[in-house]
Amino acid sequence: MNSALYTHIMRFILLSGLQVLVLNHINFLGYINPYIYILFIMLFPVKNNRTLFIFLSFLLGLTIDIFTDSGGIHAAACVSIAYVRPIVLKFSFGTIYEYQTIKFDTVEFSSKFTYIVIMTVIHHLILFSLEIFNISKVILTFQKTLFSSIFTIILCIMISIIFSRKTK
Amino acid sequence: MQQIINFIIRNKTFLLFLLLFSISLSFTIQSHSYHKSRFINSANFLTGGVYNYISNANRYFSLKKQNDLLSQENNQLKSILYNSKNNKDLVYIDSLSFNHSYKFTPGIVLKNSYSSTKNVLLLNKGVSDSIKQDFGVISSKGIVGIIDHTSKHYSTVLSILNTSSKISAQLKKTNHFGTLTWNGVSPFFAQLVDIPKIAPVIVGDTIVTSGRSSIFPKGIPVGTIHDFKLDVAENYYEINIKLFNDMTNIEYVYIIENIDVLEISNLLKTSSNE
Repeated sequence: MNSALYTHIMRFILLSGLQVLVLNHINFLGYINPYIYILFIMLFPVKNNRTLFIFLSFLLGLTIDIFTDSGGIHAAACVSIAYVRPIVLKFSFGTIYEYQTIKFDTVEFSSKFTYIVIMTVIHHLILFSLEIFNISKVILTFQKTLFSSIFTIILCIMISIIFSRKTK
Repeated sequence: MQQIINFIIRNKTFLLFLLLFSISLSFTIQSHSYHKSRFINSANFLTGGVYNYISNANRYFSLKKQNDLLSQENNQLKSILYNSKNNKDLVYIDSLSFNHSYKFTPGIVLKNSYSSTKNVLLLNKGVSDSIKQDFGVISSKGIVGIIDHTSKHYSTVLSILNTSSKISAQLKKTNHFGTLTWNGVSPFFAQLVDIPKIAPVIVGDTIVTSGRSSIFPKGIPVGTIHDFKLDVAENYYEINIKLFNDMTNIEYVYIIENIDVLEISNLLKTSSNE
């Protein structure tokens, strides 16, 4: 238990540091940035206190917000995906979720892919609608959501493959 | 009462979500109105320190480019200095007798962003360097933004690449003035709106600050006119400006303090009260 706690604290600090110091400066083609800090929310253990989980997600989003001077947009997006996570888990993993705990290292690739895609798109849609905050620029919102999502999804899947422990 | 407590216990996750979501939403809305966001900004001890540390390392990689910029600026200033007509005795420009109302402080950009629609810069100067809200920030090439928040050693700048920034600017040739805004699309172009239809607008003309806002002095370069069109009501021009400044690469900036700003604002207040 203690080492798991330690892992999560390290993951929180590493992911937010990586996001703020490296990934926010990529600006691929002018504006496309990956937001892979949401891996923390995606890979958080399923069998855990939901209240604590939502609060931690808020804290993660707020950390990114303070670093990027963006008000509360990351916090809002993070809290939302933390709240809808059980529904997405049920949708993408089906009955495995209901009966036993999911080990993200051992699940099938296709259902893991669905899970990451849905979570990323929801997060980015909320993030960019709040950032732009303008209905007349809805096309720009969708454009940013689409391109950044693609970038984030590719990076998230790569990271989860590289760092997965093969325990099959 | 029992039922209310039961309800809260049953829906505690949803209520927590709602609470945290509305907190972050209120932070977002505050950040959309200028000067309102009090808590969430990077001008604090922790984030400023982290960015300062990283910027110290990063600065070595752009030394050559920044040196070139500096020598260009020196060249320009020297040519102004030695070609001026009243070239009497340059040694005797005394800061006490010299007629000045603007004070300049050099600063270094620690954090710069240009990909979002609300771009904010972080500078390494703060309250201890007597930097306050509403000071102007320029680089050697042109306008950068306005100081928004300050802490002891750091300050944030509302960049001109921020959809909520509004700065008064004018045509260099005539005195027709308008508002400099940004539509959030390209970091190399800003928009000048509310220029009256009667103004002689030609592609390639220079846009400078108007000096009407008591933040920037008159005549700080902004950019050149790239293209223009009439707005919906066909009374005003909407001009697309190509910025002189490369906002994606700024490092050394100057913070401008208008020493007379208190006097000007007091005067305006008394005359509006009458």
